[in-house]
Amino acid sequence: MRFRLNGKRVDVESHPLARLLDVLRETLGLTGTKEGCGEGECGACTVLLDGEPVNSCLVPVAHADGRAVETIENLAEDDPLARAFVTESAAQCGICTPGFLLCARTLEPKASIDSIRTHLAGNLCRCTGYSAIERAVVKTQRRTKKQPKRTTRSKKAPRVARRSKSERRR
Amino acid sequence: MPLTSNGRMRSPRSSSLKIVGHSPSRVEGLDKVTGRARYVDDISIEGMLFGRTIRSSVARGKLRSTRFLGDREGFTIVDHRDIPGHNVVAAIVDDQPCLVESAIEHAEEPILLLAHRDREALLRAHVELDIETATPEFDPLHSKTVFKHVRIEKGDIEAALADAPHVIEGEYRTGAQEQLYIETNGMIAIPEDGGITVIGSLQCPYYVHTALVKLLGFAPERVRVVQAETGGGFGGKEEYPSILAGHAALLALKANRPVKLIYDRLEDMVATTKRHPSIVRHRTGVAKDGTILAMDIEVILDGGAYTTLSPVVLSRGCIHATGAYRCPNVRITGRAVKTNTPPNGAFRGFGAPQTQFAIEVHIDRIARQLGLDPIAVRRKNVLRPGDTTATGQVMGRDCSAKQALETAVKSIPPQRRRKSAAPTDIGVGVALFFHGSGFTGSGEQKLKSRASLELTANGVMVHAGSTEIGQGTRTMLAQIVAEELGWPLARVTVSKIDTQIVPDSGPTVASRTCLIVGGILKRCAQALRLRLAGMTPKAYLGKHGPLVITEHYEKPKEIVWDDETYRGSAYAAYAFGCNVATVRIERETGIVTPLELFAVLDIGKAVNPVLARGQIEGGTLQGVGWAVLEEVRLENGRMKNGQLTNYLIPTMLDSPRIEVAILEHPSKLAPFGAKGVGEAPIDGPAPAIVNAIRSLGYDIRDIPATPERILEAACDSD
Repeated sequence: MRFRLNGKRVDVESHPLARLLDVLRETLGLTGTKEGCGEGECGACTVLLDGEPVNSCLVPVAHADGRAVETIENLAEDDPLARAFVTESAAQCGICTPGFLLCARTLEPKASIDSIRTHLAGNLCRCTGYSAIERAVVKTQRRTKKQPKRTTRSKKAPRVARRSKSERRR
Repeated sequence: MPLTSNGRMRSPRSSSLKIVGHSPSRVEGLDKVTGRARYVDDISIEGMLFGRTIRSSVARGKLRSTRFLGDREGFTIVDHRDIPGHNVVAAIVDDQPCLVESAIEHAEEPILLLAHRDREALLRAHVELDIETATPEFDPLHSKTVFKHVRIEKGDIEAALADAPHVIEGEYRTGAQEQLYIETNGMIAIPEDGGITVIGSLQCPYYVHTALVKLLGFAPERVRVVQAETGGGFGGKEEYPSILAGHAALLALKANRPVKLIYDRLEDMVATTKRHPSIVRHRTGVAKDGTILAMDIEVILDGGAYTTLSPVVLSRGCIHATGAYRCPNVRITGRAVKTNTPPNGAFRGFGAPQTQFAIEVHIDRIARQLGLDPIAVRRKNVLRPGDTTATGQVMGRDCSAKQALETAVKSIPPQRRRKSAAPTDIGVGVALFFHGSGFTGSGEQKLKSRASLELTANGVMVHAGSTEIGQGTRTMLAQIVAEELGWPLARVTVSKIDTQIVPDSGPTVASRTCLIVGGILKRCAQALRLRLAGMTPKAYLGKHGPLVITEHYEKPKEIVWDDETYRGSAYAAYAFGCNVATVRIERETGIVTPLELFAVLDIGKAVNPVLARGQIEGGTLQGVGWAVLEEVRLENGRMKNGQLTNYLIPTMLDSPRIEVAILEHPSKLAPFGAKGVGEAPIDGPAPAIVNAIRSLGYDIRDIPATPERILEAACDSD
C-alpha cells in the first residue's frame, strides 16, 4: 500500500483490510491518533483522508491507497486552533483532542454555531461538556481570515457520524 | 460578586494574589493537543505480549473446570494457582478474588488470563468453562447480604413525625451510569530486577501498589507503579485498575516478558464499575408554611457482587441525603447490598448525586402538595451559617447555600417564574445541593497523606501522588506552591507519578486534591520559604546540599468525628450549588431536550478559574446524560448495551447551553479558601431537569427519564 502521509510518501506492507488506525499507530508509529471505541462512534481516531474527516478504525488501509492521509502529527505547534484548545482548556484529559482538532480543521470559514455543533457531533468528549471546545473553535474561526487550502475530495470514505443521540433514538 | 452575563463567565478575582485566581494554561496542554502525550496504549516495549481475560459469563455458580482448546503454542495461561500471594483485590474488605477459584458471583468474573505475542491468535483462542450454575439475585430489595449499614439520628424523629401537620412520602430511583472515560482501562506490566513495574491508566497509584503487594506477596519496594497520561477517570479508574494491574502482573511474571492488557470498549463497559443504582425513600414532616420538621430517609444502594467501595459510597450518600437543608429531627438509615452483577464503584459524586436527586425531587413534590412555590420552600429551609447538618456539624460562615439559590433564581426569566395558564412545552426546574470535600469523617486522618517539595537549581519540584486525569492537577498544585513561595509559576515543576519518586498523597478522588493535598503543599512551601530565608535555591543548594521538605496531613482541631455514632464534622469543607434547568419536551415522542443549564457553584476560591469552569461544565453535562440519556440495561446480570451505539452519552448536539457562575465564600480550613470542585457539579443537573419535566405535568421520580418513561408517566398524579 502506498499513500501520502502528512505530505510524505509512505509504503506499507500490510493486510489490505487492516484498520488504518492500527497501521498508523503500530506500523508507522504515529500514536497521536487514538482509539476510543473501535466502532466509529466516538471520533477519537479521526484522521483526514483527502481532506475529509474519517474514523480510521472503520477504514481499511486499502482504502487509503493512492490517497492523502493527515494525522495530528502534521499539525504545526503554533496552529491557532491548537493554541486556542490550550488556552481555553478545551483539552482536559486529551484523549479525544486530536480527533476534535482534525475534524474542526475541516470546518468552513466563519461557520455558524449550529454548523460547528453539527460538524463536531461525531466526536465524543466526556470531560469538557463541549463548552470549552466550542469556545476554542469559535475564537479561532473569528480570527481566521482564510482557511488553509483543502485538498480536493475524491472517493467517499465512511464519514464521521453527525447525528445527536436523541435523533438516533427515533 | 461574580456573575455571568451574556453567556460568559466572569471569573472571580482577588487583588492580592498573583498566581492563584488566575488561569495559566495547563502545563501539559501542548503535549495533549499535539498528540505527543503518551497514554498507556501508546507505549510499546520490545518483546511485549498482549493479554486477554476469560470471564465467567454466568451470574452465579461454581467453576468445575477450564479447558483450553486448540494449540497452546506461544500462549501464557494463568489461573488462580499462579498467584504467589493472596488471591484478593485489596480494598476495604478483601472479599473479591483476583481470579475465580470456585465461587462465581457475577457474569464478568475473571477466571483465566491468556497472553500471546499475536493479538489475532489471542482473540481466536477458545476456552471451555464447565460451570455449575446457581440462582442469582438481581433485586437489591430482596438481597440478604448487606455490605454496610449506616444510621444517622438527630432529634426525635417519631415524635416530630407524629406532630407534623403534613407527612409527605415518596420513593425515587436512579440507574447505573458508566463513567465512560474516552480512554479505556489499560495496563502494562514489566517484570524487572526480581520485582514488577506496572505502567497504566489510573487515578490512585498507591491503591494499585497496595493491591499488587498483597496479590504477589512481594516486599513493597519490589513493586513500582507508574501512571501513564490518563484519558479520563471520573472514579472509574479509582479501584478498578488494581484488577488490571494484578492480571497484567501475573501474566508478565509467568511469561517473564512485558504484557500489555488493554480493554476494548465493550469489555470496559460490561466488566468495570458503574455508579451505584439507588432507591431512596422519604417520609417528611412539614408545617403548613413549608417548614421541614422531620426527615425520615431510607437509602438502598445496589453494590453488585463484592464490597469494593460500597461502604464509603453509602456513607457519603447518607450524609448528603437531607440535601442542603436544616431540620431538627432526622433519621437516615442506609444499606449497601449485594446482587449478582459486576461490582458498582466510584463515580464522580460517590453516592451524593443519588441521594440529592431524591431530596430535590421530593422538595418539589412537597411544595406542590402544599400549594407552595418550590423556590419558597427551599428558601425557608436552606442551610445557613450556624445551622447543623444531620450529623450535627455546625455550618460555618462560608455556608452559602442561600446565596447560591438566590443567584440561580435570578437567572430565571420572570415569565418562566410564574406558572402560566397556557400549556407549554418548556419547563424550568431548580435543584439546590451541597457537597463535602475530602474523605468522609475520620478518613483523612487514617490516610495520613504526605506530599513533598524538592529544591532544584532554579526553583522547586512538587512530589505528590495526586494524578492528572484531565482536571488540571499538575497546574493547580503548581499554582498553589508558586503563590505561597511568591515565585513565578515557571519555577515550579511537578514530578511524574511513579511510586519510586512520589509519596503517598492519598487517592485522587473525593474533590480532595486541592483541599487536602494543596493544603499540605502550601505548608511545605511555607516551611521552604522559612528555610531559604531569602537565599536563592542555587545558593542554598551550594551551601547546604539537597533539600526536600515533606509535610503530612494534619487534622484541623475543628474537625471532630465519631465513626460509631456518625456524629460530628463529616467534612472539612463544603461546596454549595444550585442549578436551573430549562427543558423542552416533545409530547408525542416523550423526548426531553435540555436547552439550558445555569450552574451556580460556591467553591471557596477558584485557584484556576478556567480549569474550575471546565470541571463545572463537564460535570454538569455528565449529570445531564445521567438524567435523560444514559441507561445500563442488564439481562441475566450482564450489560447488554455495552457499546457507544446503544449506551448513549451526550454529543455536542445534545448538550444544553451551560452557563457557569462561580461564587467564592472561602473556607478557613482550605488553601486560599478553595473548597473543592470536582464532584459537586454532578449533584444538581439530574434533579433540576426532572423538576423541569415535572413542571410540565409528568410525574417522573426515576432516572434516566427516557422517552419511554416520559410517555408512561401519568400526568399530574400528585
